[in-house]
Amino acid sequence: MARPAKILVFGATSAIAFGTAKLFARDGASLYLCARDEEDLKALSADLTVRGAKEVGYSVFNALDKGSIIRAVDDCLKKFPELDGLLIAYGTLPDQGLCETDIEEMRRAVEINFTSPAIILTYIAGHFEKKKQGVIAVISSVAGDRGRQSNYVYGAAKGALTTFLSGLRQRLGKSGVNVITVKPGFVDTPMTAGFKKGLLFVGPDVIAKGIYRAVKTGKSIAYVPWFWRIIMMIIRNIPEKIFIKIKL
Amino acid sequence: MGMLAPGSVGKVGPAIESVGSSVLPRGLGRSYGDSCLNENGYLLSTKWLDKFYGFDPGTGLLKCESGVSLDEILKLFVPRGWFLSVTPGTKFVTVGGAIANDVHGKSHHSTGSFGNSLKQFELLRSDGERFICSRDLNPGLFRATVGGLGLTGVILWAEFALRRIDGPYIEMEAVKFNDIEEFFQLSEESVHGYEHTVSWVDCLSGPGARGIFMRGNNSARQEPDESRRAHGPSRKTMPFDAPPFLLSGPSIRLFNFLHFNLQRKKVHRSCIHYDPFFYPLDGILHWNRLYGKRGFLQWQCAIPKTGKKRALTLILQEVVRGEAGPFLTTLKEFGDKPAEGLLSFPIPGITLALDFPNTGEKLFSFLDRLDRIVADFGGRIYPAKDARMAPGMFSASFSEIENFSGYVDPRLSSSFYRRVGGK
Ligand SMILES: Cc1cc2nc3c(=O)[nH]c(=O)nc-3n(C[C@H](O)[C@H](O)[C@H](O)COP(=O)(O)OP(=O)(O)OC[C@H]3O[C@@H](n4cnc5c(N)ncnc54)[C@H](O)[C@@H]3O)c2cc1C
Ligand SMILES: NC(=O)c1ccc[n+]([C@@H]2O[C@H](COP(=O)([O-])OP(=O)(O)OC[C@H]3O[C@@H](n4cnc5c(N)ncnc54)[C@H](OP(=O)(O)O)[C@@H]3O)[C@@H](O)[C@H]2O)c1
Repeated sequence: MARPAKILVFGATSAIAFGTAKLFARDGASLYLCARDEEDLKALSADLTVRGAKEVGYSVFNALDKGSIIRAVDDCLKKFPELDGLLIAYGTLPDQGLCETDIEEMRRAVEINFTSPAIILTYIAGHFEKKKQGVIAVISSVAGDRGRQSNYVYGAAKGALTTFLSGLRQRLGKSGVNVITVKPGFVDTPMTAGFKKGLLFVGPDVIAKGIYRAVKTGKSIAYVPWFWRIIMMIIRNIPEKIFIKIKL
Repeated sequence: MGMLAPGSVGKVGPAIESVGSSVLPRGLGRSYGDSCLNENGYLLSTKWLDKFYGFDPGTGLLKCESGVSLDEILKLFVPRGWFLSVTPGTKFVTVGGAIANDVHGKSHHSTGSFGNSLKQFELLRSDGERFICSRDLNPGLFRATVGGLGLTGVILWAEFALRRIDGPYIEMEAVKFNDIEEFFQLSEESVHGYEHTVSWVDCLSGPGARGIFMRGNNSARQEPDESRRAHGPSRKTMPFDAPPFLLSGPSIRLFNFLHFNLQRKKVHRSCIHYDPFFYPLDGILHWNRLYGKRGFLQWQCAIPKTGKKRALTLILQEVVRGEAGPFLTTLKEFGDKPAEGLLSFPIPGITLALDFPNTGEKLFSFLDRLDRIVADFGGRIYPAKDARMAPGMFSASFSEIENFSGYVDPRLSSSFYRRVGGK
């Protein structure tokens, strides 16, 4: 599969997105970065240029602001009409306890983790369909594979995202566009700053390499590291009767 | 010790504000003692301050965030024909750590220490103010921060010079010497003509202190395979703690005897990759296990030119007499270039580093004796490698400490600083 030459990245400041962008920059790809903070975007653009990116552009956006998403996509397509890659990487890990009592907090978590990526994908799918080639990679999570009491709001949003991507993959597959669902396990990034880092944690560069490889090999569902496929298969297959009694 | 890890430069200030107790910036934690620890307070990791800002091939100036490691810089720039102007003996340190200890390397006599290659940096103070610091802009803060042990603020980014290289190899010569007179002769004749020098000393062989003097220059030899120009990942792993008998006096003597005698010729020439030349320990993951369960202690001093021979002789005599045999002894002559920082460690003269298996109290009182010799000759102990020097030793040897303390940020502190008498 051909490597994308012009890539749009939503959530460029995420540690996983940055790791992935570095790998494509090294190959001389052009990148269009979207994130919330302009100072961060400037730093990232400079960095990726030093690392070998051909051309770098950026737009400020916020996942909770639909207008800013539309503007960012439009600006990107103006700069790179030949866009052939998309990575959606942003997300939030909400406080599950708070989500159980605070409706707005719950709604925000779903909007950032599911509704807004779905908006981006809905708005941009036509471009890829017309272009008849390219690759779309979206970071979901193993947490979306089964709802667990410790984080089911986040899990539900990621689960919805996984389902959305599965449908989109069928639709765009007919136009030669690959849609990749990335499912990381535990990753040591600012998102998990407050966690005790156990043995299952890996660095963001491990996920980045997994995404890079999936893009190059045309994979469609990427558990990274690979063993999470097995862990989640086991968790998905625990009978509900037992599942409701255990803590996970 | 709590840990803060702001995701970007803009999040550093709010992270400090979010906690009540003292904070200490933290790079890769490669300092040996407690200068990178902050008991009962917070560490602020720079691991996400990892962006390059720009590189100018015309001047060799590289601008990057303070959490970028020397390892990353080499991986990216060696294939393009550039190397660090100054590098310590491990590449797993950050730019921020290299500045805060004003680190030195085998090239000190030709390049000075890290601060000498530094053009400017931006410093964030805990009150939220940001200062660009250079020799012209805020020069006081500049001099306090270079070698400033992370106490003057958080360095956000820095700009410093890389140097051109012809390729990744080093043309190196290892020359045996039989006593310290011979060492000083070799050192003098190598000041010009060799970019890098360092010596290994077998100080348990007797009063003579024989050893091997290593000197090298960047080689013109090319590496056609681009993927092999920069270094690869560490390969060997030390799988277990060394058993105690390996660390006993006789074993250490035998090791040093073999090391000296395995080189048959007086002069041995070779051409080696920069990785084993500059970073021999980086190739072995968990190399510190070599020193057994109790770990080890490093002691490094610098002694001014006048009296360097006398002081070195006295220290080595003390070492031969003592029972705590150092496993590894390195010796180097610093050049005359004045360091930039108020608390920079290098001074014109010599530096001697001794690695000891940690034997506890006995070793500590022995090192106090060595400290006294160093103090008598107007020398100092390297804070980056210290876990034990007395407060008096620190204040007596760093004469600018008064001036420095005026620049210390009220919210920053370290276990080291409190131990040697600071706040
Ligand atoms: C195998 C080995 C060989 C070594 N060889 C040498 C050598 O040859 N020469 C030499 O000089 N040293 C040597 N060292 C010591 C090492 O170079 C220094 O301790 C270095 O400062 C470590 O950098 P670090 O990134 O790990 O910083 P840390 O150890 O985490 O921190 C060091 C200091 O820097 C401060 N700091 C870190 N980041 C910032 C920032 N962004 N802003 C402000 N302050 C900051 C910290 O507060 C602390 O005071 C060696 C160490 C090892 C393990
Ligand atoms: N870390 C893990 O263990 C893990 C596991 C599975 C899946 N994931 C997923 O991996 C992806 C990347 O996360 P990461 O681990 O790399 O963490 P990260 O570095 O903390 O990245 C999170 C990103 O989300 C952005 N973001 C948050 N709210 C936003 C909003 N309202 N609008 C726009 N951007 C917003 C953040 O932007 P700012 O920089 O502006 O804050 C940041 O770039 C996420 O989708 C996450 O759910 C992570």
